[in-house]
Amino acid sequence: MRILLAALVMALSAAAHAGVKIEHWVAPSGARVYFVETHDLPILDVEVDFSAGSAYDPPGKAGLAGLTANLLDGGAGDLDEEAISARLVDIGARMGGVAESDRAGVTLRTLAWPKERAAALALLQLVLARPTFPEAVVAREKARSIAAIQEADTRPDAISAKRFAAAIYPDHPYGVSATVESVGRLGRDDLAAFHRDHYSARRAVVSIIGDVSRAEAERIAQSLTEALPAGLPEAPLPDVKLPTAATIKVAHPAAQSHIHVGLPAVRRGDPDYFALLVGNYSLGGGGFVSRLMKEVREKRGYAYSVYSYIAPRKLEGPFEMGMQTKREQAGDALKVANDVLAGFIKGGPTEAELAAAKKNLIDGLGLRIDSNAKLLGYLATIGFFNLPLSYLDDFPARVAAVTAKGVREAFARHVKAEHLVTVIVAAD
Amino acid sequence: MKRALWFAALLTAGSASSSVSANPYEKQLSNGMRVIVKEDHRAPTAVHMVWYRAGAMDEQDGYSGVAHVLEHMMFKGTSTVKGGEFNRIVAEAGGRDNAFTSLDYTAYFQIVPNTALPRMMELEADRMANLRLTAADFASELKVVMEERRTRTEDNPQGLVYEALNATAYRAHPYRRPIIGWMNDLENMTWQDAHDWYRRWYVPNNAYLLVVGDVDHARVFRDAERTYGRVKARALPVRKPQKEPAQTGVKRVTVKAPAKLPYIAMAWKVPRLKDVEHDREQYALEVLAGVLDGNDAARLSKSLVRSQKLAQSAGAGYDGTVRGEAMFILDGQPAEGRTVAELEAALRAELQRVADEGITADELARIKTQVIAGEVYKRDSMMAQAMEIGRFEASGFSWRDYDKLLEKIRAVTAEEVQAVAKKYFGDDTLTVAVLDPQPIDESQPKKKSAVPVRH
Repeated sequence: MRILLAALVMALSAAAHAGVKIEHWVAPSGARVYFVETHDLPILDVEVDFSAGSAYDPPGKAGLAGLTANLLDGGAGDLDEEAISARLVDIGARMGGVAESDRAGVTLRTLAWPKERAAALALLQLVLARPTFPEAVVAREKARSIAAIQEADTRPDAISAKRFAAAIYPDHPYGVSATVESVGRLGRDDLAAFHRDHYSARRAVVSIIGDVSRAEAERIAQSLTEALPAGLPEAPLPDVKLPTAATIKVAHPAAQSHIHVGLPAVRRGDPDYFALLVGNYSLGGGGFVSRLMKEVREKRGYAYSVYSYIAPRKLEGPFEMGMQTKREQAGDALKVANDVLAGFIKGGPTEAELAAAKKNLIDGLGLRIDSNAKLLGYLATIGFFNLPLSYLDDFPARVAAVTAKGVREAFARHVKAEHLVTVIVAAD
Repeated sequence: MKRALWFAALLTAGSASSSVSANPYEKQLSNGMRVIVKEDHRAPTAVHMVWYRAGAMDEQDGYSGVAHVLEHMMFKGTSTVKGGEFNRIVAEAGGRDNAFTSLDYTAYFQIVPNTALPRMMELEADRMANLRLTAADFASELKVVMEERRTRTEDNPQGLVYEALNATAYRAHPYRRPIIGWMNDLENMTWQDAHDWYRRWYVPNNAYLLVVGDVDHARVFRDAERTYGRVKARALPVRKPQKEPAQTGVKRVTVKAPAKLPYIAMAWKVPRLKDVEHDREQYALEVLAGVLDGNDAARLSKSLVRSQKLAQSAGAGYDGTVRGEAMFILDGQPAEGRTVAELEAALRAELQRVADEGITADELARIKTQVIAGEVYKRDSMMAQAMEIGRFEASGFSWRDYDKLLEKIRAVTAEEVQAVAKKYFGDDTLTVAVLDPQPIDESQPKKKSAVPVRH
């Protein structure tokens, strides 16, 4: 593959496509529902998310949110984990997990034929509302989780990602990663309590796309959420405090240094979002045509992967610039990347870069929502973060309205040098 | 694409067409290049791909990695299009583009709004014939490829194991060489090597064009004549079969690298698919891989991870649609406190259980359900549909036979699965590669040439 940076978290970088009609309502249960009706294929996709991401881990119990989401299908109602997976497989359905800092939940893809659909939705309802978290399953998955953490702690990419999060979010849940000790402290009662407190209809967002009618979607959303626990009201997360600029070096024997530079930058729904999105495309989000790619990779051959992205969250999500490069040249490569960043923050994009960014983002809108699976991602994000229902329709105009001056001002507001943290793993 | 070869699960083998209508459409240009168009009008998107039947397996010793390096060089411009310009045009059309190199093929793609398709065809046809390779561009890009190798292999313990596994399993067959190339071969590669590769293999008679999306096939055929049709055919080099001699005893290799968990991969030599109509065992091997690791209720995870708690992870894979040789691979990481030897024994025991007791009717039915569901889900992704046709064609089959292949998989019996489990898993054709995890010594940067392969 020519690039590794597949999912450069441009997340909501897309796109209004004429004809995508998002319907929204609140189910009698209190859950918010987002729905797109499309009958081209006999498929139904559903995602149910909760304000139950890792940011809600209690102090000292990092990993609880992730383990809870992971074990929803470890047993539910009268079914054990083997019965759940056998039933899913027998009808050709696929269940997946969502585990992020803000949200956690479950995705389901099933054939929309009546028998398969009914069976799949019944299973989803069961795992959302009545997970049993059996002692033995919890103990086993704790052990696997601990082994995975220990393994990750030997990998330079995982080490650098964790150290970076901790450094840019000091004293904030966004900066905390699960450890051997924190997972070791968890018991099944913790999981059951976390589920009871956080997996409520009021904290749920149901996204549905596919071969069902509005009336059917209403019944589906209600049946998925009516038996959820009452839960606690959503407690606000603590404010994000900006870190002080620093460079952190971590020893490791890897051949390449793994470098991250960044800071907490922007919330979902921030009015500067589009200016940052368009600007970041030219800086390091636009793949082969970005400045970072040209200067670091194309001109100097310093790296295979070099990028920047913005990843808005409920609170200030990160701006990050990153690369891997042969350790002997890490200092030189980082200097080039930092010069590119500083130059961009100071001068913003050229008019040509700005026009190119807008063309890609606007004309590429259709491609980013050309499948049910892709649209489901947008639905879930629009719903969870309370973005306007017209988000996709407004997208071209919002992108088109961005000016070079607007990009400069947005970067000046959100990416300040005095708060930029650098983490280098396998530094010489 | 390495992982794809590892775990090419049954379901990656979806069907090129679930209908009996004319879609896809195919036409051969007068220079020998074949054009395959699958119309899908759900969204105004077009996937445009050119596949060359030249991959790492066509390289010679001393030149490993050249197929992949040339893939990188294909973005450096032509006599009329400047370096980086192709990327820029794709990006400004709102699209994205990339390329990938495998053991069997090299492929280039753009995903664009359908209105941009004719321009993509012009640009791709242009670089098929008019690539401008310069020594300066080559020197710079070679450094990028070495960084890629460091990321994928040098600093990736399982990447090292996979490389060692292939290098050990094959003595004669070119699958013994890594796609990315040995570091020393990269260090000694020249501009001329890449150029020779391009001249040798990048001809229309060694390529096929795939378009999937909201397009009119007749118009695509006309545009293909106008663009690719102008590129002259040339004779291709003779391809020697380089068949692997029969293995006559187990081979073992150990890789030491910084890690915490050990890892084991066991590979048995098994037949690849040759005749879609008459082969039987290959389909039974596909189903066996599915029973072991094809879905959430499959045996390896259920038995080794969940029930016995002996493995952190466990998997199985068989990809029979390849140009070269096929292997059936089991792999996994032992759970904390368990050993590689225990996991090896447990993996073998799962195979033995199928050989002794066969599989259940439920398990067989599940595989067939997965095939049907996979067919439906695949239609939600144009890229998935294009990849499936492309990979099948790359190994020498026609998309026209894809439905038949699915039919054959669905016709496999429990007895056939048991029979292949009995027949193909003796020690004589087995290669075992093990990761021996090393503590991280932070004071000791890894030696530049520390590629720990041992035969």
